[in-house]
Amino acid sequence: MTEMLSLSNNMPLFLGMMLLKLVVVFVVVILIVAYATWCERKIIGHMQTRLGPMRTGWHGLLQPIADGVKLFFKEDIIPAKANVIPFLLAPMMILVPAFITIAVVPFGPDVTIAGLAVPQQITDLNIGILYVLAFAGLGVYGIVLAGWSSNSKYSLLGGVRATAQMISYELAAGLTIIAVFMLSETLSLREIVAIQSGPLWGSIPFLPNWYVFTQPLAFCLFIITGLAEINRTPFDMPEAESELVSGFCTEYSSMKYALFFMAEYANMVVIAAIAATLFLGGWYGPLPSSLGFANILMKIFAIMFFCIWLRATLPRVRYDQLMRMGWKVLIPLALINVAVTAIVVVLT
Amino acid sequence: MANVETMTINMGPQHPSTHGVLQLVLELDGETVVKATPHVGFLHRGIEKLSEHRTYHQILPLTDRLDYLAPMHNNLGYVLAVEKLLGLTDAIPERAQVVRVLLAELTRIKSHLVWLACHALDIGAMTVFIYCFREREHVMDMYEKISGARMTSNYFRVGGLSADLPVGIEQEMRDFVNDMPKHIETYEGLLTGNIIWQKRIKDVGVISAEDAIDLGVTGPCLRSSGVDWDLRRDQPYSGYENYDFKVIVDDGCDTWARYHARLNEMRESCKIVHQALDKLKPGPILADAPKVCLPPKQDVVNSIEGLIHQFKIITEGFKPEEGEIYVGVENPKGEVGFYINSDGSACPKRMKIRSASFVNLQALPKMCEGSLIADVVAVIGTLDIVLGEIDR
Repeated sequence: MTEMLSLSNNMPLFLGMMLLKLVVVFVVVILIVAYATWCERKIIGHMQTRLGPMRTGWHGLLQPIADGVKLFFKEDIIPAKANVIPFLLAPMMILVPAFITIAVVPFGPDVTIAGLAVPQQITDLNIGILYVLAFAGLGVYGIVLAGWSSNSKYSLLGGVRATAQMISYELAAGLTIIAVFMLSETLSLREIVAIQSGPLWGSIPFLPNWYVFTQPLAFCLFIITGLAEINRTPFDMPEAESELVSGFCTEYSSMKYALFFMAEYANMVVIAAIAATLFLGGWYGPLPSSLGFANILMKIFAIMFFCIWLRATLPRVRYDQLMRMGWKVLIPLALINVAVTAIVVVLT
Repeated sequence: MANVETMTINMGPQHPSTHGVLQLVLELDGETVVKATPHVGFLHRGIEKLSEHRTYHQILPLTDRLDYLAPMHNNLGYVLAVEKLLGLTDAIPERAQVVRVLLAELTRIKSHLVWLACHALDIGAMTVFIYCFREREHVMDMYEKISGARMTSNYFRVGGLSADLPVGIEQEMRDFVNDMPKHIETYEGLLTGNIIWQKRIKDVGVISAEDAIDLGVTGPCLRSSGVDWDLRRDQPYSGYENYDFKVIVDDGCDTWARYHARLNEMRESCKIVHQALDKLKPGPILADAPKVCLPPKQDVVNSIEGLIHQFKIITEGFKPEEGEIYVGVENPKGEVGFYINSDGSACPKRMKIRSASFVNLQALPKMCEGSLIADVVAVIGTLDIVLGEIDR
């Protein structure tokens, strides 16, 4: 076992690697976010017997850039009655947590550089998943502030919906993850992935030891609560355009709107990355571990495709039905799952 | 909680799901609608007043602009009223009658497709929207071939039709109504079994039969409240009595019942189109009433009578006798009626249009007060209102 690279044993290399990792992850996430918008329009287009964007570049590949440039040059409107400081802060408060969360996601096995092991992860926190939950919870403040500070009734309703939705679904999401901790006995995402490598229960050769097989219910619940947390269809209540015009971002324009837009997709990447890490073995399998980066990206894209597919298929749930489902179905199910897992863990 | 503070919110006229320029002033207690007040008039063009200064032939294009999703039906209601005023009702040739029914039913399918598309989109199912518009496009293409226009058809004439059907259109119609039931299955596949869809529309927008009758609701909305009333069967016009079709009645009273009723009406319309295509025989398309119907072009250039009739109709129109008349037809949205009061001149003294959407909209507060803001959107969708018809 090689020693881990840390600030104490090789400071220049540590700082250099940190910077490199930050830049790579940031650029990759930005690219995924930009092209997720293109993919969403293309995929939904083809599902709906349309072509999606076709004019900007080959098959509309330059569309995200065109959109960005357009939004950049739009007039930046601040409503006269808006509460300016929170109004300006809100888009940042929603985007920054989304990007920060990615920091704890491991993208591959450790690599050895100058005799020291370097994890392919920006930082390996020993409370990684709590950190994820904390920042996911922080994201909602952006929505609430946006809804409140816009001083518009539609925005306010969107903000109120977001708050209620977050409170009920955060709880269920936390409970589903608890079942995973009980099996893994660690909160570090790097170690959770390490546990998921190898064959299922150490004995079934053709299946990997992913938590999706040992915790299928938790996985389903996590995907549902995840969709609700990132306000994706069928839970896109806070911005339900046919009811609340654009919900909390009704009054936003130009780059501030673009930040909300990016945050929506960045959140989708985060949820997909967390789901892939916790339940689908992270960078482990099906390709060899040296291609860990490809593995986890593949899983992220698969989950994002699923989200997009849902958007093309499902109608929107009503607000009260959403709350009822959260409190009366998801939370009890998650509790039962925790209880059953606890019994199994104690017995074995 | 004696003193509950409510929030007043303007839904529309610029709102994505008020189907045009309807303004709803909603009083909200949280997300619950305490009071809903529809405000209309943003699309008022004064069609009724304009009609008082136009000859009877010149009014026809205005009627396209009423319910622009079902223009042929408005044309039909208007020409039937004028024909009744002139006493021409029995003189309409067989082919014109059949073509009118044919196009009326295709229009019904077209209008219901837009209803389903927008209703589904409002509730968040956007794929259905595109699928419905794909099928609607076929009807639009047929419209274009038949009348030259995709939306404002202006195809029927007092006394018959403006032109005969183009060659080959029968087969196109036949193919369309053959495929349509399969497409309806596709929509149902995406919606009917979907638990979210069911939860969103079951027991939403309930209106009892008594309330529906009291408020004057007509069309599929009335029939889905359990009232068996369809003008096509109960006051047949254009030979509807010769067709075999079922009047879809459902006593569910809610949005779910109206959803099924309209889907089944589309299926029934397909049957009527098939029957009409079977009945379609070559023959004249205009009544033998030279003082009312424009003569064919060759008569205008070849005979002095034709020239005189054409000149008289174009310059001063025809003059029905003094009297008043009301004719109602079963538009896809409900009863559309034309009341015409004639003083013996070439223009109506007064024309009043009873539009289905306008009257049905009265039921909206009753249907959505006490429910959630999301249900308001579902109720607007299920009422299937068209602002062109509401504001006239």
